[in-house]
Amino acid sequence: MSKIKDMFRDGLWNNEVNVRNFVQMNITPYEGDSTFLCGPTERTQKLWELCKEAIKEETENNGVRAIDTETVSTIAAFDAGYIDKDLELIVGLQTDQLLKRAMKPYGGIAVVEKACKEQGLEVSDRVKDIFRNYAKTHNDGVFDVYTEEIRKFRSLGFLTGLPDNYARGRIIGDYRRLALYGIDRLIEAKKEDLRGLLGPMTDDKIRLREEVAEQIKALAQMKDLGAKYGLDLSRPAESAQEAVQWVYMAYLAAVKEQDGAAMSLGNVSSFLDIYMEYDLQKGIITEERAQEFVDQFVMKLRMVRHLRMNAYNEIFAGDPTWVTEAIGGRLMDGRHKITKTSFRFLQTLYNLGPSPEPNMTVLWSNTLPENFKNYCAQVSIDTSSIQYENDDLMQSTRQSDDYGIACCVSFQEIGKHIQFFGARTNLAKTLLLAINGGRCEMSGKQMIEGIPALTSDELNFDEVMANYKIAMKEVARVYNESMNIIHYMHDKYYYEKAQMAFVDTNPRINLAYGIAGLSIVADSLSAIKHAKVKVVRNDEGLSTDFKIDGEFPCYGNDDDRVDNLAVEVSGYFNSILSQLGVYKNAEPTMSILTITSNVVYGLKTGATPDGRAHGVPFAPGANPMHGRDKNGAIASLNSVAKLDYKNALDGISNTFSIVPKSLGADEDVRRENLVTMMDAYFSKEAHHLNVNVLNRELLEDAMENPGEYPQLTIRVSGYAVNFVKLTREQQLEVISRSFFDRM
Amino acid sequence: MLNVHSFESLGTYDGPGIRLVVFLQGCNFKCLYCANPDTIECKGGTPTSAEEIVSMAKNQQPFFGKKGGLTFSGGEPLLQAKELIPVLKALKAEGFHICVDTNGSVLNDFVKEALEYIDIVLLDIKQMNDERHRALVGQGNDKTLKLAQYLNEINKPVWLRYVLVPDYSDDPQDLQQLGDHFGGFENIEKLEIQPYHHLGAHKYDHLGWKYQLEGVPSNTAEQLDAAYKLFKQYFKEVIIN
Repeated sequence: MSKIKDMFRDGLWNNEVNVRNFVQMNITPYEGDSTFLCGPTERTQKLWELCKEAIKEETENNGVRAIDTETVSTIAAFDAGYIDKDLELIVGLQTDQLLKRAMKPYGGIAVVEKACKEQGLEVSDRVKDIFRNYAKTHNDGVFDVYTEEIRKFRSLGFLTGLPDNYARGRIIGDYRRLALYGIDRLIEAKKEDLRGLLGPMTDDKIRLREEVAEQIKALAQMKDLGAKYGLDLSRPAESAQEAVQWVYMAYLAAVKEQDGAAMSLGNVSSFLDIYMEYDLQKGIITEERAQEFVDQFVMKLRMVRHLRMNAYNEIFAGDPTWVTEAIGGRLMDGRHKITKTSFRFLQTLYNLGPSPEPNMTVLWSNTLPENFKNYCAQVSIDTSSIQYENDDLMQSTRQSDDYGIACCVSFQEIGKHIQFFGARTNLAKTLLLAINGGRCEMSGKQMIEGIPALTSDELNFDEVMANYKIAMKEVARVYNESMNIIHYMHDKYYYEKAQMAFVDTNPRINLAYGIAGLSIVADSLSAIKHAKVKVVRNDEGLSTDFKIDGEFPCYGNDDDRVDNLAVEVSGYFNSILSQLGVYKNAEPTMSILTITSNVVYGLKTGATPDGRAHGVPFAPGANPMHGRDKNGAIASLNSVAKLDYKNALDGISNTFSIVPKSLGADEDVRRENLVTMMDAYFSKEAHHLNVNVLNRELLEDAMENPGEYPQLTIRVSGYAVNFVKLTREQQLEVISRSFFDRM
Repeated sequence: MLNVHSFESLGTYDGPGIRLVVFLQGCNFKCLYCANPDTIECKGGTPTSAEEIVSMAKNQQPFFGKKGGLTFSGGEPLLQAKELIPVLKALKAEGFHICVDTNGSVLNDFVKEALEYIDIVLLDIKQMNDERHRALVGQGNDKTLKLAQYLNEINKPVWLRYVLVPDYSDDPQDLQQLGDHFGGFENIEKLEIQPYHHLGAHKYDHLGWKYQLEGVPSNTAEQLDAAYKLFKQYFKEVIIN
């Protein structure tokens, strides 16, 4: 600790685990422009070439380069692995070989076996024996307890993407802690916590004591992990290179142990900047070297892989890992958190080319330096690889200035707060329950009781709305039950000890529920209210189609008559969810987000009263339905901005695609207009914006010639993907979305 | 009530900054290359009140930033000058920046009053050669030149817009003539060259009309560059849109 004490300004952080205070005391906000940035070094380029070759091999080999079928992945299970040891300034791989995937059977052994089989491989007999006969998994636990009702809601598509056979993810460890304190100090702090967790020994207390004990073991294993790479992680990092390396080791431990759907990095860039600034000031490193550290770190993050079944791709397309890094934002004291390293992170999109990972997320405030805003806009225009979230809104609503983004859009105070991933429920299909007496419109199965039959096939708004509210209540109840089971079992069988070792003991928790199909619901209710909608039914009396007579306003045109319906329904469902008790007393929150599941939701949802046919994909997240936003981009943004963040505290995702020309005639104008647009959108208390600036023709060409576009990146719903890794259906769905174009 | 064809909330080509473009229904020209032929007929459109437009503008105000605002386009917006006046007044009262995109063929007392509330006139010059103007739009350019003269007299800021149609309006002589005529107008802030495109062609099929510029190619980069250089001799700012 002594060396660190001389390097940086003292504060609360010296005497307690408090990274936020360290950042506050030592950050150097940067107002300048991007001209200081360096391109990639020769060493970085060579290393990246090796990665690209490995990625090519992976693509050609059905998306998987190799799988270790013998080793159960734990923090220190694998020997050291390198891309090319002599070229690497930042070391560490998940396994002993680049892009080799590891088994994490604690989520569920059947899934691991299936994922291996799909690649023509068998899980070793030893591992099968252990997990079939001796060790119980999360998946076993959940299905032991699931009710028949939950199984029905799950299999018929009312609840989708539930984390019941894979890791829940979403938890963000404060990986900075390893760099600032080293393992010995962190173990000491956790031991101190454990000593304080005394009786009475209730369930909660016993569980927490066990969790902390597990965290301490995980920290000890991380020391072993470091040793394999010749790193002494027991002490704090003492240089920029070590700081980057230490943070990466902490993150690496997490992705060795867990295969959560989304495993965010947090907000490490401006923390790392403090070390970079110190080394730069002392003449220890040059700007070129500083950029090289960041490039190599980011390269490693791009190489993170998890073993997934093919079916997983339906919901989370493109093999995402959601290594989300939140960049920028402001401090409560009024200073901003833009540092040179904020720029350096974005610069990797040029130095290494565009990429979906890490999921670069800019925390936007209208008062950020113009130079930084302009640079972001330029990077968005050039790479379509950034998403933006409203820092002013989150900071004021959540009262924190040290937060990251879990997965796509979810606020999480780093090291103080975690969340339980809640997947999502299909509100459009729920609406059809209201029209079909509580039966599933596709299978005819009775899902819920207590929905009165409609008095007429010409839909009456009040009648439908009354039924819909009953249906939402029932679906919320089942949804809540499934969540409580899932998170109970996940804690029991697949506890995130590595990540939780970097989180305060007994943190705040929120349960992140989600909804899909909001724009369809809003348009359907609008049609019923403003036009005449008649149900067409089959022999079994189930709705198969809707005949619409007359015009009705559609969500996405800045028209309150329909936008308010979207606001009302999301607010209502959130209020229902918030009344239901949650495991570990987590706070219920809700997101309006679909990832790429909007396609599979479409398949599982019959025709809807807005005129959408059975099978047609939903719009992603909170987006208006494709082609229904007739008044251009701003009107569409305005509609989404009306959704109330307070009713969707887990995030409101909006994906925006625009043809470059539509932003203006030349580069300067485009950049300026994009900045103005984001300032305006966020000033309206909108929460999130994915920005794609590209031509439809480019995507069509990429569909036909995928080999020529290995790095083509597009933002989908809260994350980015390699376009060529999407399934054909998903590609077509992306292309069919509204591209705001002139004309 | 204004007769509105449609709205574009992210207008980035019709005046400075981001603009709400209000396309009005009805035009007295019938340009061969018209990209919005569905706005030509005076029938159709949606009657829209000043309140509706002001309320839309207010909703979008943050997006206008420091430079943006509203642009009335069409169709020919000044055909509805009388109905425009109360809308413009209401918008000006709220401090909005206003442009009008006009073919310049209407000049009456209503137009003169409307102009008091308009910040920039985007004046479309189709052709300086009267005969070719007739071939291109169905009537001569005398009225447009008259309005241009008036705008110069009242010192109203003007952006000239010129669609460069191969063979129809790209003869260097015609461009020179335009430069000679307007080069000395102090109120002209810039000239925008609008490349010819056939993006509106499909709309003709829809209307059951014949697209008469079938086969006319888009401008080559050389053509645009030549026009740019020529105009640059006359105007302080020339841009290619």
